[in-house]
Amino acid sequence: MVVQALVDLGVDTVFGYPGGAVLPIYDALYKHPTIKHILVRHEQAATHAAEGYARSTGKPGVVLVTSGPGATNAVTGITDALLDSIPMVVLTGQVPTTLIGTDAFQECDTVGITRHCTKHNYLVMDPDRLGPIMHEAFHIATHGRPGPVVIDIPKNVQVATGTYSVPEFIQHNSYRPQVEPDADAIAQAIDMIAAAERPIFYTGGGIINAGPDASAALRQLVSLTGAPITSTLMGLGAFPADDPKWLGMLGMHGTYEANMAMNRADLIIAVGARFDDRVTGRLDAFSPDSKKIHIDIDRSSINKIVPVDLAVVGDAGRALDALIAAWGDKGHKARDLGEWWRRVDGWRATRCLDFPEKKEPDADIMPQRAVKALFDATRGMDPIITTEVGQHQMWAAQHFGFFAPNRWLTSGGLGTMGYGFPAAVGAQIANPNRLVICIAGEASLQMNIQEMGTVSQYRLPVKIFILNNEWMGMVRQWQELTYESRYSNSYSDSLPDFVKLADAYGWTGLRIDTLGQLEDGIAKMIDTPGPVIVDCRVAQLANCFPMIPSGAAHTDMILQPNDITGTMDDEAKALV
Amino acid sequence: MKIKTEAGERHVLAITVDNEAGVLAKITGLFTARGYNIESLTVADITADHALSRITIVTSGPPPIIDQIIAQLDRLVPVHKVVDLTDAGETHVEREIALVKVAGTGDKRIEALRMADVFRAKVVDTTLTSFIFEITGTSDKVDRFIALMRECGLVEVGRTGVVAIARGPEAL
Repeated sequence: MVVQALVDLGVDTVFGYPGGAVLPIYDALYKHPTIKHILVRHEQAATHAAEGYARSTGKPGVVLVTSGPGATNAVTGITDALLDSIPMVVLTGQVPTTLIGTDAFQECDTVGITRHCTKHNYLVMDPDRLGPIMHEAFHIATHGRPGPVVIDIPKNVQVATGTYSVPEFIQHNSYRPQVEPDADAIAQAIDMIAAAERPIFYTGGGIINAGPDASAALRQLVSLTGAPITSTLMGLGAFPADDPKWLGMLGMHGTYEANMAMNRADLIIAVGARFDDRVTGRLDAFSPDSKKIHIDIDRSSINKIVPVDLAVVGDAGRALDALIAAWGDKGHKARDLGEWWRRVDGWRATRCLDFPEKKEPDADIMPQRAVKALFDATRGMDPIITTEVGQHQMWAAQHFGFFAPNRWLTSGGLGTMGYGFPAAVGAQIANPNRLVICIAGEASLQMNIQEMGTVSQYRLPVKIFILNNEWMGMVRQWQELTYESRYSNSYSDSLPDFVKLADAYGWTGLRIDTLGQLEDGIAKMIDTPGPVIVDCRVAQLANCFPMIPSGAAHTDMILQPNDITGTMDDEAKALV
Repeated sequence: MKIKTEAGERHVLAITVDNEAGVLAKITGLFTARGYNIESLTVADITADHALSRITIVTSGPPPIIDQIIAQLDRLVPVHKVVDLTDAGETHVEREIALVKVAGTGDKRIEALRMADVFRAKVVDTTLTSFIFEITGTSDKVDRFIALMRECGLVEVGRTGVVAIARGPEAL
């Protein structure tokens, strides 16, 4: 019944790992004609792969794991999907209903453990409820603010027979998210936008989740209004990076112009973004003189951190469409924002993403340069980029340009090291003919490096590009800033030889040591069929700038390394 | 470094939810996970088919936090409706029941009985040396009764927590 429901729900791929409590489902999947099962090497990777699948396609990712350790290993990926609003359905095996609560072999309280890291979860005790729950779970995972849903299925429920039918229409008796924005709020919003002298769009992952049409609508609205636009880490790709209105990412490692424009704006139009602490910096100094419009599908995101002047609850795409229509209906014309743009261009002139580097061929590679070279080499190939978490993630966000949604897959909310490589696996499975590159740090990569076996098994042409500085770089950067360079446990000791490791798994391994080898190395990576791991040795002590230090305001950005002071008070330390 | 906490006002929330396993854990877990207070909580199913439960939570916090609590509760999948009964403009009735056991003889025993009469508490069990009183009223009234009983040989208290309902003819 589970497999039939998956077929009826249009599922083509399941990421999973078998075990005692899910053997009946695995038996039903044996040589299944339409559902492809991808055998991972660790259940956490199954959840991240499902996220990669979901983020690159917009369809829900599906995971199948066994009871006990299978379920607990999946918890990190489930939480990651909750924090980043990724649609995902996780099926977990459970011991038979007669054994629940007896500390049976491989038993754990899966619904208890996942209660607060899922959007919703179920323990199926009645075989007749299994079918409706499967359909309801997919509905909940994909409607409203997307998120992960867990269905815990005891083994005796899996083998029991029950009635099953495909529901024609699902209307949950209590879960009815508001998708259509309120017309009055839209009318008010468009008047505020038309009247603003210093407006800025601040957009987030909600635009990506609302589908490609939402990105198109965003471009249209920005062009109508002529206002500058910045985005969160999760929202990159919704707006093209080469557009003159694009200010780059905002927040802790955002651009100077984006943060200054947020600070000095008289109107912030937040769309599908949630005023995360990494974005706002010190709250009492966050954009003090602006009115704020917040468009979000989740009412609880509004006024959670920053009080706003106008709330619009609804789907980002529908809200943008409604704003565009209202702009036309009311006959608004774009204001002359020349004075505002002159100020923005002044901030741009600091060229905050520039970095010091030597140009000789035998020089150390600056990690920023490596990302830029990768970007230049893959332009026109429309690659999907995943990242792990740390300095390399921020350098990728700063120096890699994105032009369309669903190309940038990164762990934002939870910040999960070990996300990027399995996410690349999932993205490659969903997009077999696309170039999928995981930009990794050598420390993060090792958290799910066992997935090299999965890649070999399914002959996936995934490319891993390691910015190897032999440090947990972001940890070390914080230790420099906050703890007077006491590098407690942040050195990546005893690293493997990644080239030999590639060999062991049947991959191609390449090493890039100097600036002179960079372009050729990247070209070789792209031209080599099959999976490739590139160990790109970069300048070890490079740090990620610009940066808003912990507890500071947008206007107190550190632009260059020599601006660092070295100590912080306890208040600031606590905010790290 | 000091960790700041904000004082807030008391709010009574009435929440209707699907009567299914785990709902209560979901709601109480939300309060602990996000650092909200629960001063009292009552729950029982309220429909003939046992499909819906009503939860009454007394909580406290500054207005933005109360607003967040309501929004966070409202987005839980099994939650049907959340109403702040203490919202400005709304008036409501609150009741709580307590069972109060008092032991003693002589004057203290007579005094306990006399005060119970004043508070319209009922005697629901008695021995030669003890009473169990049942008292119904606002939490404030119950508090005051219990405080008086401390002087008269109070040995044990059980309280239900607050149930509340809005005034007027409309349903929740």
